[in-house]
Amino acid sequence: MKVTLTVWRQPGPSATGRFETYEVDEVSEDMSFLELFDVLNDRLIGKGEEPVAFDHDCREGICGSCSMMINGRPHGPELGTATCQLHMRKFQDGAKITVEPWRAASFPIVRDLVVDRSAFDRIVESGGYITAPTGSAPDGNLILIPKAVADSAMDAAQCIGCGACVAACPNGAANLFTAAKIMHLNLLPQGQPERWERVTNMVQTMERYFGSCTNHGECQTACPKEISIDFIALMNRDYIKAQFKQRRLASQRG
Amino acid sequence: MALDARIPEGPIAHKWDNHKFDVKLVNPANRRRFKVIVVGTGLAGASAAASLAELGYQVEVHTFHDSPRRAHSIAAQGGINAAKNYRNDDDSVHRLFYDTVKGGDYRSREANVHRLAQVSVDIIDQCVAQGVPFAREYGGLLDNRSFGGAQVSRTFYARGQTGQQLLLGAYQALANQIQLGNVKLHNRSEMLDLVVKDGVAVGIVARNLMTGAVTSHSAHAVVLATGGYGNVFYLSTNAKASNVTAAWRAHKRGAYMANPCFTQIHPTCIPASDEFQSKLTLMSESLRNDGRIWVPKEFGDERPPGQIPEGDRDYYLERRYPAFGNLVPRDVASRASKREVDAGRGVGPLKNGVYLDFADAIDRLGRHVIEERYGNLFQMYERITGEDPYVVPMRIYPAVHYTMGGLWVDYNLMSNVPGLYVLGEANFSDHGANRLGASALMQGLADGYFVLPATIGDYLAPQLGSPPVTTDDPVFAETQRSVEDTISRFLSINGTRSVNWFHRELGKIIWDNCGMARSTESLEKAIAEIPALREEFWNDVRILGEGDTLNQSLEKAGRVADFLEFGELMCRDALHREESCGGHFRVEHQTEDGEALRNDDDFAYVAAWEYTGDHASPALHKEQLEFENVHLAQRSYK
Amino acid sequence: MTKVSEAPKARLERPVHPAPKEGRRRPFIVEFYGSAVAKKWLMAVTGIMLMGFVFAHMVGNLKLYFGEKSLNQYAEWLKEIGEPILPRTGLLWILRFALLGAVVIHIVSAAQLTRMNRRARPDRYKAPRDYAAATFASRTMRWTGVIVALFVIYHLMDLTWGVGGAEWTSGEVYQNIINSFERWPIAIVYIVANLALGVHLYHGGWSMFQSLGWNNGKFNDWRRMFAIGFATIVVVGNVSMPLMVVTGVVN
Repeated sequence: MKVTLTVWRQPGPSATGRFETYEVDEVSEDMSFLELFDVLNDRLIGKGEEPVAFDHDCREGICGSCSMMINGRPHGPELGTATCQLHMRKFQDGAKITVEPWRAASFPIVRDLVVDRSAFDRIVESGGYITAPTGSAPDGNLILIPKAVADSAMDAAQCIGCGACVAACPNGAANLFTAAKIMHLNLLPQGQPERWERVTNMVQTMERYFGSCTNHGECQTACPKEISIDFIALMNRDYIKAQFKQRRLASQRG
Repeated sequence: MALDARIPEGPIAHKWDNHKFDVKLVNPANRRRFKVIVVGTGLAGASAAASLAELGYQVEVHTFHDSPRRAHSIAAQGGINAAKNYRNDDDSVHRLFYDTVKGGDYRSREANVHRLAQVSVDIIDQCVAQGVPFAREYGGLLDNRSFGGAQVSRTFYARGQTGQQLLLGAYQALANQIQLGNVKLHNRSEMLDLVVKDGVAVGIVARNLMTGAVTSHSAHAVVLATGGYGNVFYLSTNAKASNVTAAWRAHKRGAYMANPCFTQIHPTCIPASDEFQSKLTLMSESLRNDGRIWVPKEFGDERPPGQIPEGDRDYYLERRYPAFGNLVPRDVASRASKREVDAGRGVGPLKNGVYLDFADAIDRLGRHVIEERYGNLFQMYERITGEDPYVVPMRIYPAVHYTMGGLWVDYNLMSNVPGLYVLGEANFSDHGANRLGASALMQGLADGYFVLPATIGDYLAPQLGSPPVTTDDPVFAETQRSVEDTISRFLSINGTRSVNWFHRELGKIIWDNCGMARSTESLEKAIAEIPALREEFWNDVRILGEGDTLNQSLEKAGRVADFLEFGELMCRDALHREESCGGHFRVEHQTEDGEALRNDDDFAYVAAWEYTGDHASPALHKEQLEFENVHLAQRSYK
Repeated sequence: MTKVSEAPKARLERPVHPAPKEGRRRPFIVEFYGSAVAKKWLMAVTGIMLMGFVFAHMVGNLKLYFGEKSLNQYAEWLKEIGEPILPRTGLLWILRFALLGAVVIHIVSAAQLTRMNRRARPDRYKAPRDYAAATFASRTMRWTGVIVALFVIYHLMDLTWGVGGAEWTSGEVYQNIINSFERWPIAIVYIVANLALGVHLYHGGWSMFQSLGWNNGKFNDWRRMFAIGFATIVVVGNVSMPLMVVTGVVN
């Protein structure tokens, strides 16, 4: 195969960037999209040009490092797939492919296609945990969790933190990421004591960095783990409830 | 120097409890006076950092990822073992201990393994409390499955993403401590050297990968949780950035590297499809529960698999190991595949795989059952290969997956350099010559949550009142200068070949000569070739760009340079170990049936190598392994 | 290379929206309104009020088809409801103020959220986006909203205050409508504005469930159905009136 890549090149965070076009031939259709970049980079180095910087690590769709906007879609055309699991056989021979980094004010570009997603860590730090210091845990089977609840929490917990939801959102909102993080814990019995505190703090931290949700649904389509925007609705419900909750009575049912 | 593993006295079942009582304690009010640096934020690093911070120590964490959550522990699929005996199938701490020592082919330290089995139980409780969404049964209890040929159901799992969920649990605990100000996080910060003053570890030198700034960090103790070195093979199931650098630089500063030749080859990976292949993808071992492995009997049989009649197929595992069949341990299954492929019976375009066939299982159970059990794996396979495994048998081949060897540590997980602790895959301690499935996650978390927090006080307590060596000390400036010199040297070579090219070449040498089967001849060949490649690297590598920005070639150059040194030690270790055990198979040492032949009389020891300044002559130190509770026997899976 | 020192602050990321000032405790309502999730919740609540109004308004005005007397009587009744406990037009004014409040909250929230979203992505994508899920309706909410708002102003001028250009007599609702709609450009304005309203309702009628957090696997499929059904009924009802008048079916 042969493809024409148009890639965003930007030497540093405050430098101005521009698109560069590269013809890449002898592309095997068994290659992953990142291997295409490996090949491109090897050839660029051969020519004495600096290789394209891009984030990647596990290359099996779970670490959430890879982050490319491919032909106007985060992670490219294949649904439920991270860039690393996208293979060249999904493209036509001679395809023109445009690649640019995630764009959001809180995902500043470090270089070329690499962005800094630390804002996600700030959201998690503000409440995305259950306070359970090592050593104090009761037996795992003392807490009964209905299968449906465990499954639903797992659906949310699958999030790989790649940021495709923010990249896809026309508003640059991080509601899907934040909702997945919150609801993973808020659905579980262990997460109840900190439930209202957690949703309040995490939503407010999220809003300092990102835009707001207007229910386009782009995020769940872009999500490599196909996390549902149902979780956003659940987060919204918990957030509003938390604002009216009399916390001192929180342990009472209903 | 004699290696003292500091194994506590007493019967095996009481060693850990006795030891916890005997270690020196740091008063809770004094803990904040101690600073600990943790490098790496995988299961071991994140859990250790969080737990130490919870205890009250000042913790500084370094990860070269953009977020602690991306460490490669996240990719573990299968599960985590714990001797809970929830299934009433006679599991016990002792049985898990026994299985692990036996599975490790009797090359691990009994006391450490027993402790691992003991705390395995607490790990599950801790993770549940943190909100790890383990699979549940309809009644709300934790679900278990049997894994990797174990005869009891002791594996806890969260779909096919157990590693991810456990890591997120540890990461969240870490995030909590960061929020509370007990942990200072340095992300995209790669440790490039260990600072040792008067034989004691006092800090690290790290490079910020975004700005290129090289900085010094001092502490009372340094904890390395930097994972394994599987990427010395270039193609492995490890993440692209996984490397040996932190461990290797510590080794060059005095820490002993133990059993580096013990590497695990996982039998069920997707074979490489072309020369551009950048990494291999693991398919969960659970596939072997229902899939049957075969190759065509005829050499060069070009027929598509569906057209090869039963009579022309060789189900070689079932034939050779009737009792265990397709479920023999990883090392045995891997070698058997290699034998078939080497004999020219490999399948696929590059003749580099064997079939893993689900046709029988689909006939017997129905497609929906297979879909339910392995749906996501089949989908992943389809995505990567473009073939539908419900119709065409999967092609699999072994790939490097885990490394049992690592820096030598004593019972407290401290290396021979005082103040330097090594956790998780980066140390050598618990898996011997072969790791059992679902035990890596267990070890990482055991070390981080339970072992280190209990043992580190023993080292810190006597230092009460003495602040850490400051970064103004000349030793820091000196170490930092050597790091900066190396970086400048990389940037000034300006040769003709990319870093990746050298890595690939090294990988070929190691895989061909120090892979699944090793011989004196192949190892000597590798030992001759690696220094030559290393020299070529230092003369001909081309690293473009600057040192003061994000420069991924530069990052990788440092890692490959270390692999080029480490690879040689690994081959030397393999050459010296004149026996076959676990993942280390020497063709000179096999039974008549082609099985591994151990030599307990001469090699029941840990080989700990000391760096002498010359790669050709590392110094060997032996830690003799005593087996008082497990009877040494030849493994047999017939 | 750098000197021996503590690690520099290498964090690039920083909050793009100002944090509320620390210290002083703000009144609950200010605190609540400060959040985007709460603003969206308020937009959903006010949206429901406005939807209720739009629907009732449409149903009431269908009396157009029952003749002059029917419609004018209905208009008179609107002024009388609530009597005698409330003065004449008392309840009507209460409703008008409630609606006005809802409109203000709806629009101000929308404007503030739009600003927030612009700040969240100051640099737009340089290559064209390929939207996979966002609909025409969802992406044009702010434009359909503006069209509807401008239309409402004209509509009030035209048929409530009688300054829309057509002959207008207080209380003669039926005749006023006929007079206005007989002008075909005005009929087209009404039709286009109501189509915009329909598009706005198509997204809003579904979106509000998300914003309110009303989510349940049992009825999720119906949320979209509801939005489609509601938008269709309102559009058909409202568009039919100018259409029937301008084509001469009703006169």
